[in-house]
Amino acid sequence: MEPKVIRGRDLKRDEFEKALKVEYHPEARYAWDAGYAVGKFLEGLKQGKILGVRCRRCRRILVPPRAFCELCFVPIDEWLELKDTGTVNTFSISYVSMDVKRLEEPEIPAVIEIDGASPGVGILHKLGEVDDPKNVKIGMKVKAVWKPEKERTGAITDILYFKPLEE
Amino acid sequence: MGLNIKHKVAVVGAGMSNVMRRAEETGRELSFYAVKEALKNSGLTIEDVECVVMATAPDAFDGVHMKGEYLADGAGAFRKPYMRSYVGGGSGVFAIIHGWYMVASGMFKTCLVVAEEKMSSAQPHPQAAFNSIYDHTLERPLGVNLLWIFALEMNRYMSVHKIPLEDIALVSVKNKRNGLDHPCTQVGAEVTVKEVLESEIMAWPVHRLMVSPTSDAAAAIVIARDDIARRVSEQPVWIKGVGWNLDTAFWTNRDLYYPDYVEKAARMAYEMAGITNPRKEIHVVEPYDPFAYKELHHLEGLLLADRGKAPELLKKGVFDRDGELPSCPSGGLLGVGNPIAAAGLMKVCEIFWQLRGEAGKRQVKNNPKTGLAQAWGDLMQVGTVVILSVN
Repeated sequence: MEPKVIRGRDLKRDEFEKALKVEYHPEARYAWDAGYAVGKFLEGLKQGKILGVRCRRCRRILVPPRAFCELCFVPIDEWLELKDTGTVNTFSISYVSMDVKRLEEPEIPAVIEIDGASPGVGILHKLGEVDDPKNVKIGMKVKAVWKPEKERTGAITDILYFKPLEE
Repeated sequence: MGLNIKHKVAVVGAGMSNVMRRAEETGRELSFYAVKEALKNSGLTIEDVECVVMATAPDAFDGVHMKGEYLADGAGAFRKPYMRSYVGGGSGVFAIIHGWYMVASGMFKTCLVVAEEKMSSAQPHPQAAFNSIYDHTLERPLGVNLLWIFALEMNRYMSVHKIPLEDIALVSVKNKRNGLDHPCTQVGAEVTVKEVLESEIMAWPVHRLMVSPTSDAAAAIVIARDDIARRVSEQPVWIKGVGWNLDTAFWTNRDLYYPDYVEKAARMAYEMAGITNPRKEIHVVEPYDPFAYKELHHLEGLLLADRGKAPELLKKGVFDRDGELPSCPSGGLLGVGNPIAAAGLMKVCEIFWQLRGEAGKRQVKNNPKTGLAQAWGDLMQVGTVVILSVN
């Protein structure tokens, strides 16, 4: 008779703690070059500007900028300054951190359609200066709140967050 | 798309391990079990298997680089042509597509398709491994977490169609209940809409009971060319159509309310299968349900419901096991568990069992002849579809 094949046994948390195991704590480090298009975008952020690009073929105005249009598959070389205001396309109210710990104050990530870009074209960022997260709405107008000029490093975090714009 | 396909291909066996939060076994051991189960009633032995396709998701979960190679022995691939298939969560169904063309092309007569995931190795939680899917320069510095992108998509879907949260909670209720009848379940349960809505808010509108768990498991299927399949199997389950599609990684530039890439993948599979009216011709479906809203979102992308109307059909009971179009009769990722790559292949296994009338307590009531399994993955990006049939 063939020996039995194990179907899988679910360990309880305390069993797992006691189970024989080997641990590994890698310290992985990377340095990512921003590349041509995003590099130029980051230089813009450092100067307090949101830069976009326009594809000469489909005429879409895009942000984040890219060196080529994925739709037309042609290079893009036309740059323009967009506004630092926009519209909330969608948002969440997040109560967990990146490693699933509970947050005391929720974060409000959002996709923000940037004014001056083609409709529906947005970037991921966060909302701030929100009195009550329950009042955040899709379609709400928002404006970038920038780091003081001296503290900017040429990073997406040079924009601290977007705040609701009084109409 | 030219459809000059050389051979008809069938699934002749399916098997899977238990789905668990923390398996005592290694991924290799779980794979071995799933393969043994799949071969058991297939009429084929490991010696008959000419090539192997393996699906397993990020290496970072296990901290094992080139995990495909590490798992190969458990997948029965010793000294065989072996290939790893990987498109994130879409991998489980992507793998059967690879297995299909290994045989359809005329290259091999048989193929073993295996999918494995061991998420519990990542400490303290595999969530951190997921964060590296986001753009390293423009998104990760914001302190992203994986839930964000689902919450953003779910909110967009709900807002565009004005879908109340209660309707989405019903998916969790249905799938967790279905999961109770699955012998491998990790998270089958009887829950109410109220309990789902009162469960902890993770990232609004996503509540804890709307999220599938992290899981360890393996699943496998055996694929054979038509002449072999007819000889070894009393009831081959034919692979009638396959489709896959990848959308742009610039996910903040497209409207997340509708998964166009799933529709494209589905249309490709329907065309190949000769299906012109999927709502009549598909009898049982296993759409990918890592989050409650996603089952509805995918049913719409698969053209099995009008845009924004899947919740109404759900409320009417259309997607129940005894409904007109049973959806996730296995319990799916919400009701069984979500071992990433294995979750997709688990859905293929379920369609195989349903079409052969072997699903036991989970058997749907409409005597299904044709079924569809779908998986999804990456930055709201990939759709993978397979259509199986006993006709």
